[in-house]
Amino acid sequence: MNCQNCNKNTATIHLTEITNGKRQEKHLCESCAQNDGITVSAQIPLNDLLNNLLAAQPKDQNVFNATSASCPKCNITIDDINEQSLLGCPEDYDVFSESLNKIIDKYQDGGKVHCGKVPQNECDKTTQESELENLKKALEEAVEQERYEDAARLRDEISKIQ
Amino acid sequence: MSIDDIATKVSKWFQDSGQSCEIIISSRIRLARNLSNHLFTTHCSNREKEIIVSKLREAILKTSIGSISEYVDISSASQLQKELLIERHLISTHLCKGQGPRAAIISKDEVFTAMLNEEDHLRMQAILPGLQLKECWELINRIDTEIEKQVSFAFDQHLGYLTACPTNVGTGIRVSLMLHLPALKMTNQIEKLLNATKEMKLAVRGLFGEGTDALGDFFQISNQITLGIKEEQIIEKLAENLIPKIVEYELVARDHLLKHQNNLLEDKVYRAKGILENARLISSKEALFLLSNLRLGINLGKIKDVAISTINELFMLTQPAHLQKNAGMSLSPSERDELRAKIIRNKLNMRKP
Repeated sequence: MNCQNCNKNTATIHLTEITNGKRQEKHLCESCAQNDGITVSAQIPLNDLLNNLLAAQPKDQNVFNATSASCPKCNITIDDINEQSLLGCPEDYDVFSESLNKIIDKYQDGGKVHCGKVPQNECDKTTQESELENLKKALEEAVEQERYEDAARLRDEISKIQ
Repeated sequence: MSIDDIATKVSKWFQDSGQSCEIIISSRIRLARNLSNHLFTTHCSNREKEIIVSKLREAILKTSIGSISEYVDISSASQLQKELLIERHLISTHLCKGQGPRAAIISKDEVFTAMLNEEDHLRMQAILPGLQLKECWELINRIDTEIEKQVSFAFDQHLGYLTACPTNVGTGIRVSLMLHLPALKMTNQIEKLLNATKEMKLAVRGLFGEGTDALGDFFQISNQITLGIKEEQIIEKLAENLIPKIVEYELVARDHLLKHQNNLLEDKVYRAKGILENARLISSKEALFLLSNLRLGINLGKIKDVAISTINELFMLTQPAHLQKNAGMSLSPSERDELRAKIIRNKLNMRKP
């Protein structure tokens, strides 16, 4: 069947209108139907449609919140991480800690604090730090209690470590 | 060792030994580490990648495993050499496809491999046959400690070892087992297993890791959680709780098949044997599938004139890169199918008059 209007193209739009009890059929091709305002262009690509729908979702659906901040060391932004799911440098864990903690929390099933192996040099660092803390406390105490000989010895020990 | 020598032999991790080896093919543990004061590999310039490779190379070659290991420059290796190493589970496709300076350090027995400039600066693995996770951990932990004495790894008191992908942070450990589960597959229980492992936050992958299919009823099960749990606990959970259960399910399913569907089972096994002994053209996928069925037949005592070690050898040597390396030339897929069928035929018919 050809279009009633232009008589050239095949009619693909079939419309039945009932006005005042009177039945009227229209057979139009796509372009004539569009001109009549009966249909709108069907040429919206599916992808665009989907993207529009997705874009309409609230932003915080995303695990990473978009921010414009970038890491001073590797220049990566949270958007880059979002896209590649890889970080640029170890400092990123600090710079983007808020966003990253969310994803780590989600992925690690609530695991938050490392309790496994610690490298030897980190061990030394930690023990050294706590040792230093203890000595400083002891020094304060010694000064308070006016034990100056002890204080002098502690001061020497602290400066040795530092 | 050179890459050219290993192509004719079966890797140690694929030799038939170790606990529950009829179901557990291999145990593997990998650690992800990064040097502090460097960008992660994907963001490095080639110059920085070069520095990372040379720092780690020096440190690893000085460890107790260094003297029995070979350094392989992946950036200058041929495509065939790289594919060969992938087929032997020594390097990842990620390292193969990467760019710029990158390398692998492989121990002569192929139990230990270190990949330099993969997703992380250093990814090391220990792989052994059967259920030997504790032995893997002992080895890899020892080497890791030896390396740690020489270089400084990116580490945070709260987050542990810092990795390029936040999903590996903490211990940076991936513990995985390769399982052969043909009876669970035949009795349609794999879905059940997959759902159970998902609940336990474990990942199930195919024969060659991430993004690969479970070919020939081989499945890789590994931990996903790396933070907030000790390495030993992760290993224990898998080795002592979960894996024995899966092994038991598979054994029950095999028993069920023997008792109630013996004809179906025998048909599968003998059909596989018949095709393997007679085919003139066979793809690597079909070979894997049929060898898997034949392997089941041997384990259930149906087939007595073929050794498991023969099957393992065929699994490995009929893969595309192995075929071409051993043939000494590059072959088209149809030439490979012909050669593959010939090797399998010869091996299986060897003891017949």
